Amino acid sequence: MTDLADLTIAQARAGLRDGSFTSIDLLDAAQRRAAVSEPHLHAYLTIDREGAREAAVAADRSIADGDTRPLVGIPIALKDNMVTKGVETTAGSQILAGWTPPYDGTAVRRLREAGAVIVGKTNLDEFAMGSSTENSAYGPTRNPWNTDTVPGGSSGGSAAVVAVGSALGAFGSDTGGSIRQPASLTGTVGAKPTYGLVSRYGLIAFASSLDQIGPIAQTVPDAATLLEAVAGWDPLDATSFHGDVPAISRSLDAGVGGLRIGVVRELVGSGIEPDVLGATQATIDRLADAGADVVELSVPAIEYALSAYYLIAPAECSSNLARFDGVRYGLRVDGATTEEMMAKTRADGFGPEVIRRILLGTYALSAGYYDAFYGQSQRVRTLLRRDFAAAYDQVDVLVSPTSPSTAFEIGSKTADPYTMYLSDICTIATNLAGDPAISVPVGLGNDRLPIGFQIMAPALGEEVMFRVAAEVERGAAFVERAQLATSEVVTP
Amino acid sequence: MTEWEAVIGLETHVELQTNSKMFCGCPVDFGDDPNTSVCPVCLALPGALPVPNEDAIEGILSIGDALNCTLTEHSLFYRKNYFYPDLPKNYQISQYTFPLCVDGRLEVDVDGEATTVGITRVHMEEDTGKSTHVGEGGRIHGADHTLLDFNRAGVPLVEVVTEPDIRSPEQARAYGMELQRIVRALGVSDARLEEGSMRFDANISVRPAGTEVLGTRTEVKNVNSLRSMQRAIAFEIERQIEVLESSGSIHQETRHWDEAAGVTRPGRTKEESEDYRYFQDPDLLPLQIDEAWRDRVVERRPELPAAKRARYRALGADQRTAELLVDAGDLAALYEGAVERGANARTVGIWLTGEVVRYLRSAGTDVGDTGLTAESLAELASMTDAGELSATAAKDVLAAVLAGEGAPRAVAEDRDLLQISDRSAIETEVAAVLDQHPEALERIRDGDTKPIGFLVGQVMRATGGKADPRMVQELIRGEANG
Amino acid sequence: MPLVLLLAAPVACTGTISDMPIDIDIARVAGLARIALTDDELAEYAAQLENILDHAERVQALPTEGVEPTSHPLPMVNAFRPDVVTGSLGRDEALAGAPEAEDGYFRVPRILDES
Repeated sequence: MTDLADLTIAQARAGLRDGSFTSIDLLDAAQRRAAVSEPHLHAYLTIDREGAREAAVAADRSIADGDTRPLVGIPIALKDNMVTKGVETTAGSQILAGWTPPYDGTAVRRLREAGAVIVGKTNLDEFAMGSSTENSAYGPTRNPWNTDTVPGGSSGGSAAVVAVGSALGAFGSDTGGSIRQPASLTGTVGAKPTYGLVSRYGLIAFASSLDQIGPIAQTVPDAATLLEAVAGWDPLDATSFHGDVPAISRSLDAGVGGLRIGVVRELVGSGIEPDVLGATQATIDRLADAGADVVELSVPAIEYALSAYYLIAPAECSSNLARFDGVRYGLRVDGATTEEMMAKTRADGFGPEVIRRILLGTYALSAGYYDAFYGQSQRVRTLLRRDFAAAYDQVDVLVSPTSPSTAFEIGSKTADPYTMYLSDICTIATNLAGDPAISVPVGLGNDRLPIGFQIMAPALGEEVMFRVAAEVERGAAFVERAQLATSEVVTP
Repeated sequence: MTEWEAVIGLETHVELQTNSKMFCGCPVDFGDDPNTSVCPVCLALPGALPVPNEDAIEGILSIGDALNCTLTEHSLFYRKNYFYPDLPKNYQISQYTFPLCVDGRLEVDVDGEATTVGITRVHMEEDTGKSTHVGEGGRIHGADHTLLDFNRAGVPLVEVVTEPDIRSPEQARAYGMELQRIVRALGVSDARLEEGSMRFDANISVRPAGTEVLGTRTEVKNVNSLRSMQRAIAFEIERQIEVLESSGSIHQETRHWDEAAGVTRPGRTKEESEDYRYFQDPDLLPLQIDEAWRDRVVERRPELPAAKRARYRALGADQRTAELLVDAGDLAALYEGAVERGANARTVGIWLTGEVVRYLRSAGTDVGDTGLTAESLAELASMTDAGELSATAAKDVLAAVLAGEGAPRAVAEDRDLLQISDRSAIETEVAAVLDQHPEALERIRDGDTKPIGFLVGQVMRATGGKADPRMVQELIRGEANG
Repeated sequence: MPLVLLLAAPVACTGTISDMPIDIDIARVAGLARIALTDDELAEYAAQLENILDHAERVQALPTEGVEPTSHPLPMVNAFRPDVVTGSLGRDEALAGAPEAEDGYFRVPRILDES
């Protein structure tokens, strides 16, 4: 018999509907899986047993009354930078240790209202700053495929729980690749929606003009289901998109016949590991075989994206994180004056990567440097959007690898911050442009670790993006599971 | 001796009286209980986001329009970054380049002379919380600790910045008063300095008269009335002149007005220069004020104080009366009501700015709490016009009406103050008096006017003072000439 | 498939900005950011920032005259809320996370600075 923790959301939904099992059964399975995997992974920061059980009981009642909504009774996990009323929310930082929010973020509220069962809060790089989940103040998360390696980041905890089955789906946030890169490294599907499609209200801000909440799931249809539950205009987020939500899951079965697919020349070159390039090429070949018209084209400004990103994101974060000052909530380190208290609190409460980015951003915004750094980066962003627009004049979607490599060993990139930043080279450009992108697992590398394939689309192009992603998924027939998720290996 | 000229620019903050705060749904009208009108947004809890209040934007546009500004088509919100415990986000949402209103002007009357003060910009921002310093008499220096209340944090705040066009403390005060009148007329703020809903900072420098180069300026803060603003500016001008005349130099600094001592004092000088790291707020969209919106603002513009004063002047009020009436909105309403009902505008204006103001001041009450209405004013005016009341009697009746003793005619009757204006009754009395004093009549006919007064007096005595003296005199002259 | 040298691409030094020596007054920056750091920490961060900014030189060299900056990915304007009171937190809730509170206020040590 299949362990319920290994079901997709679609399968779980069918079983709930036909009464094969209950939401409580699903929750029990996820929690059992967490009990065996967590000692190895440290993917959860908080497991909300009581809240989850209440939600599952309520879901079972609702299902008994005929509720067939897609997420009712489904156990999901949330990245710990998503604010949850009554459940500790730390953003992976010491400065928020013990903070219990008095409110729910909009995405969280919509998930609760959709009947989802929130299992717990997942680990992340502190304030979502990082690409490996090693920057968490509460210790790193490990990759369930190989616990010597990182799960990627910053949504490494959310990716790991989905890969291992301690939640059937999860949400992360993506500022420069923080959903797609960990999805790639853990063999899961991760999508960053169009900027503004999902409300940021209640997402602890890293870089406001880049941050987006998005789903991580085992399959493309599951990711679509999760995204549909949270997408849509929110009056509490002035930057949320006020218009029709794309038909995210409408064309999942439509295939790619007649679609034009562009391979981004700048993202299939040096700096990408050969087995990743190989899997990428194989995927592209399958898309062509499936009837897509594949061309290679250039998005020249992508070469400048990483540098522009590492000025824009720190600049915004330096301001966004100013509120953590020891006055109203969170950590306080005593000082003789308020000024001293604030400076000591921030020195002790923030980890080195966060401090580094705050300093970088403060510098980039300061008088005399603003135009050379921040202003210039925002103009580069315009160039990048123009280049993307020109590319989308020719093709429906763009494709590339998601990550230049498979999962790397813990500690291997922590010494030089810039080396770590290079993990995001394939993903960053779409954040700067505001466009959606998704990572789909397409195979294993020489190290038997997953490789992800990225599909990018123009703003609000989620329908075509998911359509291509579904074809990629069918073509890859990627059925391997993480080592830790296969019960015979797990020793309780 | 050098003759000095002061150069003054004012920055005025006006809290808008919207229902809710600038970026969240907390009430702006809160009580004294600290931290009761706060939410995730205005407390800057992690994850909370601002959404601008449309009415506040409308409010600032109305101010910009009233100050003859250009309403900017494309406008942006910026973040002004600085750490201070009363600023929850440790940045203030404000405007930097592309403020909502630019390039305006305000006509200001100083001692009967019309002057113009240029308005550089009017921009939108949010207020901070309030700090209470505990220990050492509530002063920041030497305090033991500070208590923070964030009820005020996020209240919509409009900043009006003038050009350095102001030349005297009197002109500064006149500008402040006119700006206060305008925002009150617009109904966007009560603009009370003592309560902090209107706050002035003055940038002051002096230079030898006739020169163009600006001197080093100081910024004077902490004035909580228009009078103290005038005093503070006057003090600061004198101080700067004294320093310069004794070969000293002015330091660019912030100085605080000490009302009790009547002096400005330097604030603590900062080691680091300010660097607010302004950048466009990524949480907020650009503002686009299209033509339809600008037209709507102009359409909704109420009658502004200057226009109202001009209208009152045209009705016959003198300049002072017009100013007084416009400044006392409730009196102006009575004035307009009475005039609408046909009352003599000049008479009513004089009563309102004279008797009524005196009464209200001595009784310490508002006109709304008295018995005076537009109807009673009009009635009183028509009675004096018809000669039913003497000027003196009218004042007595007015006082009684204010005191709530009843309508004018009823009061006049009760007190037996009505003049006899029945012509035939007075004719009878006049005839009787003339019969008794034929020699006086003869003298008048010979060209001597002196006995007229005597004869009027006799008639008045005979009628117990109730005859209209004007009518008596007219009748006597008629008899003499007939 | 042509391989473009993404990371090793030579920096196109055409502008003058890129010749600007990167010399960070790190103590001032830390002061502005309100973070208390030791001299050793400051020196380490300064070196790291300079390294990161070296990589940013290529961005500065890019000619962008006349290019409008992008601040929002989607071209949207005018998101407002109606002027309606939607409620507040209770005071206890507001103060629940406070490191120190007194009589309904947030309490902080004495304030050195004047703003």
